[in-house]
Amino acid sequence: MLEIKDLHASVEEKEILKGIDLKVNAGEVHAIMGPNGSGKSTLANVLAGRPEYRVTGGEALYEGKDLLAMAPETRAREGVFLAFQYPVELPGVNNTTFLRTALNEGRKYRGQPELSAGAFLALLKKKMQLVEMADTLLSRAVNEGFSGGEKKRNEILQMAVLEPRLAILDETDSGLDIDALRIVANSVNKLRSKENAIILVTHYQRLLNYIVPDFVHVLYNGKIVKSGGKELALELEEKGYDSVRQEEIAAK
Amino acid sequence: MSNSELTVEKLANEEYKYGFVTDIETDKLPKGLNEDVIKLISEKKNEPGWMTDWRLKAYRHWLTMKEPHWSNVKYGPIDYQDIIYYAAPKKKPKLSSLNEADPQLVKAFEKLGIPLEEQKRLAGVAVDAVFDSVSVATTFKEKLNDLGIIFCSMSEALQKYPELVRKYLGTVVPYTDNFFASLNSAVFSDGSFAFVPKGVRCPMELSTYFRINASETGQFERTLIVAEEGAYVSYLEGCTAPIRDTNQLHAAVVELVALDNAEIKYSTVQNWYPGDKDGKGGIYNFVTKRGACRGVSSKISWTQVETGSAITWKYPSCILQGDNSVGEFYSVAMTNNMQQADTGTKMIHIGKNTRSTIISKGISAGRSNNSYRGQVRITSKAENARNYSQCDSLLIGDKCGAHTFPYLETNNPTAQVEHEATTSKIGADQIFYLNQRGISTEDAVRLIVNGYCKEVFRQLPMEFAVEATRLLSMSLEGSVG
Repeated sequence: MLEIKDLHASVEEKEILKGIDLKVNAGEVHAIMGPNGSGKSTLANVLAGRPEYRVTGGEALYEGKDLLAMAPETRAREGVFLAFQYPVELPGVNNTTFLRTALNEGRKYRGQPELSAGAFLALLKKKMQLVEMADTLLSRAVNEGFSGGEKKRNEILQMAVLEPRLAILDETDSGLDIDALRIVANSVNKLRSKENAIILVTHYQRLLNYIVPDFVHVLYNGKIVKSGGKELALELEEKGYDSVRQEEIAAK
Repeated sequence: MSNSELTVEKLANEEYKYGFVTDIETDKLPKGLNEDVIKLISEKKNEPGWMTDWRLKAYRHWLTMKEPHWSNVKYGPIDYQDIIYYAAPKKKPKLSSLNEADPQLVKAFEKLGIPLEEQKRLAGVAVDAVFDSVSVATTFKEKLNDLGIIFCSMSEALQKYPELVRKYLGTVVPYTDNFFASLNSAVFSDGSFAFVPKGVRCPMELSTYFRINASETGQFERTLIVAEEGAYVSYLEGCTAPIRDTNQLHAAVVELVALDNAEIKYSTVQNWYPGDKDGKGGIYNFVTKRGACRGVSSKISWTQVETGSAITWKYPSCILQGDNSVGEFYSVAMTNNMQQADTGTKMIHIGKNTRSTIISKGISAGRSNNSYRGQVRITSKAENARNYSQCDSLLIGDKCGAHTFPYLETNNPTAQVEHEATTSKIGADQIFYLNQRGISTEDAVRLIVNGYCKEVFRQLPMEFAVEATRLLSMSLEGSVG
């Protein structure tokens, strides 16, 4: 589904990603872990097309297409979803209107008929139950005055509604208490399927107790220095990122 | 250049959609202003003697006045002798249906999408269309007649109901009021007159579309709306104007009178030509709009969506004389490119328990300048008066300006006055967030701006709200940055 080859990217002329290789197949969950500043969020944002991030080399193929050549909205309509680390507030923009607009943009792109207000509400109701979210958040403006946890859950609701093929969750666990974390993780697990793939960007192993990944990659200084199965996360938790890095240096 | 900046460039180059000139033979006076011109206007319109005298008094007073320059707008000197003060379409038949109208005129109306034809009647809108300065067609009159509602052009009202006009004209905005109001009083060509008698609720929205057509013709409308005891009326005003190279002066006066328990709702969508992207050729809009809540528990509500004009100078106001009367002002003022707007309201609390609400939403884009100027005055007799003002500014890009000038004057200790103001920007992060959900940059800006204006749009009648949203989208084109 996604094939990243030797990807380099910079922010404000500073190189952050220094040659990333990653292959993600449908049905897989990949966790990308690493210390602060290693480039995890940069990778997530580059894949989504945030304008401040400049790709300086390499490529990313999504379903065989050149992902990096697409406008951000095209990537979204193609089924690439980013759950933001810091969801943005949109004062006055109704959450339901926003969700329906987003869904219908994707449907139009795929040649499907747009959903009517009624049909959309029925769909939304189902999705709300899936992510255990209160109805009151729907009549409010997007993320405005939401708590940190509500914002993160709103991201997962959007994911549930938009049903992306490739979802990238950028530190969705940060700022969540243990109950909220469990709800978010449960929701994500319900959304897992053979057809779609998930990339979890996270700092802590904690999330991976709930969402068990198929692969774990350690990102360090803009490169993936180690890849493995879910047990790698536990190893990291135990030894810390530094030891993994030391081993890597020693191995060379 | 980022994706959003490219969109800006592309959209900025789009032309003003309503820029066309209708080729109709026009009967106009030579340029310039003097007492003879005023007498001639009055004579052409076959006005009663008192009207001619009133105009002349206004003119003489105007001669003693100076053009005001206190507002936060800049423009070159206006040569008042270089303006044509009267223009009427030459073919001016009495029309019972649109079929009798000049086909060119009908075509122009159609281009504007004005609901004048039969089918549009079903939408429940009675239209008194002012084309340049003279009314050409009025619909729905009969239905209104049955209820005793008068809705016609000011010229017609002066012929048919001179005493009614005389009773109220100039009682809210006297001819001495301000420079532009005095000029209007002297030379006004036409406008609308609406009168809703005691206890009658006007069953439909009354609507007038204005359009400036003849080149270099200043247009001076005079509108008067009276709601007697317990009456209700909702009035809609919407405008567009064609592209012109010389600036066109527009100085209208609108007076509203609400007696005991009466309610007047006045909604405007204004989309006059704002000038090109360098500000050349737009309309100067210097308007005096004021309503008097004369009776107890009367209510006047102004709602405006201003997207056009090179310069807007406009403060729809309420004089809350009657006890328990209510004044409201809901405004969206959008400026783009080189547009300048200095707009706001005045709420003058005189009666006891009077209440006023001000919701102002300014949107500045391009290199435009947008100012809110509002006055809330609580006089010493206004026991328990209350005001709530909220003035928000939204900036799009970093070359525009937004200013807020609130003037609060409280002379009664029981008054409660609240003022809130915010300034925000459409951030690149907001745009990206929406992009990432599959929404294009243009639609993202629309979504954010519509969300921002929601409180005001909610006040507009349904069909007008749709038009306002559309106009705002059009004005936003080229503003994303």
